Amino acid sequence: MLTLGRRLSRPLEAAPLLLGLPRLPWLWAGVGVVALLGAAVLGVLVGPVHIGIGVVIQTLLAPIPFVGGATSADPSQASILWSLRIPRVVLGAIVGGMLATAGAAYQGVFRNPLADPYLLGAAAGANLGATLAIAFAPGSSLIGVNIVPLAGFVGAGLAVAGAYTLGRTVTGLRNTTGLILSGVAIAAFFNAIQTYIQQAQTSNIRQVYSWILGRLVTAGWDGVLLVLPYVVFSVGVILLHRRLLDALSVGDEEVTSLGISARRVRLIVVVAATLGTAAVVAIAGTIAFVGIIIPHTIRLLVGRSYRVVVPLSVLFGAAFLVLADTAARTVAAPAELPIGVITAFIGAPFFIVVTRSTRAAAL
Amino acid sequence: MSDVLLRGVGIAYESEVVVSGLDLTISSGEWLALIGPNGAGKTTILRAIARLVAHEGEISIGGEAIASLSGRELARRVAMVMQEPHMPQGMSVSQYVMLGRSPHLTYFGKEGRADQRVVAEILERLSLDRLAARPLDHLSGGERQRAAIARALAQQAPILLVDEPTSSLDVGHQQEVLELIDALRSEQGLTVIAAMHELTLAGQYADRVALLVGGKLVAIGAPSEVLTEPAIANHYHAHVQVLSLNGSGRAVVPVRSHPPPSASDSGEARP
Repeated sequence: MLTLGRRLSRPLEAAPLLLGLPRLPWLWAGVGVVALLGAAVLGVLVGPVHIGIGVVIQTLLAPIPFVGGATSADPSQASILWSLRIPRVVLGAIVGGMLATAGAAYQGVFRNPLADPYLLGAAAGANLGATLAIAFAPGSSLIGVNIVPLAGFVGAGLAVAGAYTLGRTVTGLRNTTGLILSGVAIAAFFNAIQTYIQQAQTSNIRQVYSWILGRLVTAGWDGVLLVLPYVVFSVGVILLHRRLLDALSVGDEEVTSLGISARRVRLIVVVAATLGTAAVVAIAGTIAFVGIIIPHTIRLLVGRSYRVVVPLSVLFGAAFLVLADTAARTVAAPAELPIGVITAFIGAPFFIVVTRSTRAAAL
Repeated sequence: MSDVLLRGVGIAYESEVVVSGLDLTISSGEWLALIGPNGAGKTTILRAIARLVAHEGEISIGGEAIASLSGRELARRVAMVMQEPHMPQGMSVSQYVMLGRSPHLTYFGKEGRADQRVVAEILERLSLDRLAARPLDHLSGGERQRAAIARALAQQAPILLVDEPTSSLDVGHQQEVLELIDALRSEQGLTVIAAMHELTLAGQYADRVALLVGGKLVAIGAPSEVLTEPAIANHYHAHVQVLSLNGSGRAVVPVRSHPPPSASDSGEARP
């Protein structure tokens, strides 16, 4: 009989295994943390006003007890760092981490490698909501919040709720195909209305277009505080579902025979992922590609278990988007490129390189 | 204790009736083989007992109607080995077998040491311990079947449903898998309900055989009573010869209706 705690031989996969369970590889987690910190420092360093790396690091460490001390930043530098650059980097990290995690979650519950956080129409809904707000109520606010992100949030939520309801009536949620097709139909419908309004209101077309391509322009910490509760809740719920996401990979029928309700898991994960996605999309627009490229890169390089993919998606998604935003700010400075252009422009070739240099069959 | 009882069971897929008026009692520790031509409803009955398809009538386990059990409670009583289990790419054998512990975990629960011990013992019992870390997609057909059985055993359910356990296996692996199920049955007192295509194997391993045709039970009893030449000719429309084996059941051998004229030329024996 095997004794407790005996280590089985090492798996072929990189993820270490102790009596059956893949665990988070700490080396990769460390790489993720270092990548995120490095990206954050770079993101804070880069900007039209030169601020030296020493001042930046002092300023970043200053609020940390026992580590930080006096900073040599002058008030204007401190103001640039704390009101502009740091909140933007933090927002980038939150948005990137959220989109990558939601992408991994959608791929898990739909068992579809092409699933992304926008699969059930979240992007189309957010775009329609924001377009309506920009076209018909520009500059207005509701309970102190700008109406554009609010409309984007509501639009994303409505689209996904519509797709879910439609999917339920079509196939009774017996399989995911009906749900995905409902998402496709809802997205096409919302896109049609959005395009019509955009064409009819050409005076706002530039603003609408810029919103759709995504950007992290923010004033202070408002945006961060607005999305943080949703993202913490969403990522928390998805992290708690790591084991169940792995279980779903055997298919609805077999997972049901194991006493797990595939429908319930799918509903909870979709609701959580949608809430977080809607929140970040409302603030940052529909940034493409992060939700697909980051989880797949982790699968190819580290392992396929969601116990590995979900936590690493949070870290690497955050690092990736902070880097992409830094590039978006610098490539055509002083103008800013839409961040969605950068994520696809850097992301697509990088992804192809990773896919070619690892086992493509693993996809 | 864990008798399985079916009373007046009917099952339909979208208004197409697949099984009707089925009464069956399977005693604890028994091996019942469900046999019958394609489309007889063998797999459907297994799916109904695992509550993967809705049914009319009553199905109960140990006196409890399955409709009254939660999904987890049912999965602690009934484990099913599918005919073609889905083996996720890249998942290791031990992680796959660990999925069988799901009914013993709460929704957000994590596998503990007790679960790891159960899985380790099963892997060793099924000679899978050396393959524990191997991805499922690197296994041979026989190894995959053993991994699927191991996952079902990890549920520690007293009732094992097996759908065509030997399809796509060669004769050596067929024997290995059935011997394994039989040994586990006596070691752990399992009740085995198996849909079986191979009549000879059904006749050798099962205590009783239930012959289904068009979703109805037409005969049930010991293999010697059910596996008869007239019954098989009648229900399968097949010409067979049933041979009594020395103390180990019956062999059902298909026989050509019209032997080819060249058979005598080549010196082969005519049936």
